[in-house]
Amino acid sequence: MAKQLMKGNEAIAEAAIQAGCRHFFGYPITPQNQIPEYMSRRMPQVSGCFLQAESEIAAINMVYGAAGAGARVMTSSSSPGIALKQEGISYIAGARLPAVIVNIVRGGPGLGGIQPAQSDYFQSTRGGGHGDYRTLVLAPASVQEAVELTQEAFDLADIYRIPVIVLGDGMIGQMMEPVEFGKYKKREVPDKEWASTGTEGKRKPNIINSLFIDPDDLEKENIKLMNTYEEIAKNETRAEITNAEDCEILIVAYGTTARIVKNVIKIGEKNGVKIGLIRPITLWPFPSETIAKYASQSSVNSVFSVELSTGQMVDDVKIAVNGVKPVYFYGRTGGVVPLPEEIYENVIKKTGGAK
Amino acid sequence: MATVFKRTEMLVDVPQHYCPGCTHGIAHRLVAESLDELGVGGRSVGVAPVGCAVFAYNYFNCDMHEAAHGRAPAVATGIKRVLPDNIVFTYQGDGDLASIGTAEIVHAAARNENITVIFINNAIYGMTGGQMAPTTLPNQVTTTSPYGRDASHCGMPLKISEMLSTLDGTYYIERAALNTVKNIKNAKKAVKKAFQNQVENKGFSLVELLSTCPTNWGMTPIEALKWVDDNMIPYYPLGVYKDRGEGELK
Ligand SMILES: Cc1ncc(C[n+]2csc(CCOP(=O)(O)OP(=O)(O)O)c2C)c(N)n1
Ligand code: SF4
Repeated sequence: MAKQLMKGNEAIAEAAIQAGCRHFFGYPITPQNQIPEYMSRRMPQVSGCFLQAESEIAAINMVYGAAGAGARVMTSSSSPGIALKQEGISYIAGARLPAVIVNIVRGGPGLGGIQPAQSDYFQSTRGGGHGDYRTLVLAPASVQEAVELTQEAFDLADIYRIPVIVLGDGMIGQMMEPVEFGKYKKREVPDKEWASTGTEGKRKPNIINSLFIDPDDLEKENIKLMNTYEEIAKNETRAEITNAEDCEILIVAYGTTARIVKNVIKIGEKNGVKIGLIRPITLWPFPSETIAKYASQSSVNSVFSVELSTGQMVDDVKIAVNGVKPVYFYGRTGGVVPLPEEIYENVIKKTGGAK
Repeated sequence: MATVFKRTEMLVDVPQHYCPGCTHGIAHRLVAESLDELGVGGRSVGVAPVGCAVFAYNYFNCDMHEAAHGRAPAVATGIKRVLPDNIVFTYQGDGDLASIGTAEIVHAAARNENITVIFINNAIYGMTGGQMAPTTLPNQVTTTSPYGRDASHCGMPLKISEMLSTLDGTYYIERAALNTVKNIKNAKKAVKKAFQNQVENKGFSLVELLSTCPTNWGMTPIEALKWVDDNMIPYYPLGVYKDRGEGELK
């Protein structure tokens, strides 16, 4: 397929269709409205179902029902709406259902704002709802990557039977870039013999359920989930590494921020400071080992987490670095996006520049 | 010896956990018999609520989903949109459907989702130990209305059948009771019709079943059956509230 110029949100929606998603349930909220709007146009063309739900709560529960019935299903929202979906996401995790949830993050707390932010990092990487669970969190840094990660999200959800979050921000959702849809190589996914589609009188009932009233049973179920999460951490942890070999300052940044940091690296080059970047592509599982490995190089004098928040991922960076090097934070928040010069100056101020 | 009564195929052969004298068991039986008689058990998918009927997924002999509290109509919507040829039903209590899940039931009804809803109105929260429900009658004593439900403080009960029948989208709404043989026979007809409608792709059908909770009402099973006659039916009149197949009644 040839390259076409597309807005991030629409590209994500088309990627879902290309991945075989034929059911979408959503509720309007800025800055992700182009996803449901695109779906409402596109789904009827492919004999799929777009339904505007009465709330995010209803939408995610429709996802729960559709996923339990064996469909490839997606919903999308932005921060306040994702907060409402957490009840359903927890049930989806508990019932071990595959589903894809897109969060085009905006500033918070409360109604917050509608400009790009990364302030839902905690909510996304700590499960988000109640109980002992995780979601796989994919963080694209370009529209092309948003397309490929959305396509892969459906396969990952099916392989591991978990909810997968595609975590974009207002920038990824709203900007236009050239994209190509045929690049993603489909992964092998298992049959859904657990789906509840009617017994046809040929088998015992399939039950989609997250209730385990006996503590021993629930603990077994929790351990089953934990084992899945460990397998995911082993197989799927991903990060992009730029210029990090023998760098003096190591920056960890994801999504839109990582793209800005690539320009910070260039400013560093002009000034004779070698800056490296680790860009987590999976926020959960977090690429702790990669960060630890590069942070412990003798060339590195400090590690930075740069985010569009007041400091959330920095906690994970600190855990990864484990005291081996000082870890600092720089961020702008509330929808403010920093310029590369601003990040560079603040990094240099904190670290005193190169040794 | 001739068999005059037996377990229906659509109920799993396990002991149910309901209290003695609770009419949840009768409601289960009516649903199961209807699915059996219509021959749709093999393509049925049910949605259990959060409430005393939470374990309904172990009792109905068909594929089941267990939904979050009040969300069953949204879950059923998701299922039905994926499996339009299957028979999809929810089974929900009054806390589940008429309090935390009001938005979900109203909009599923307004969309005329082609599903069947069995709504158990026992005027109380059974599972959590007898708290006030949206359907608790004025002056009725519960553990969170210990002086009796004071309408000036917490408002009046919701009449779900009346409310939903005002929506243009709904196809069929009937209220029946499970407290006498005659009422149970009518309830059976209503439940079966609500499933038949779905088989015929008619649309949203809901049967409200006035039910007992002897445990939390603090009554013997017999007293509870009588309480339905004396207190519930006068406030929640029985009958067909909407039947687009027959024009609008009542
Ligand atoms: C989100 C949420 N809130 C509250 C509860 C606790 N809870 C469990 S059952 C129930 C009420 C059930 O009452 P009803 O729907 O009337 O059914 P019954 O038990 O009377 O059959 C409540 C409040 C819950 N499980 N989840
Ligand atoms: S608590 Fe009430 S509604 Fe629940 S099983 Fe017992 S009698 Fe039935």
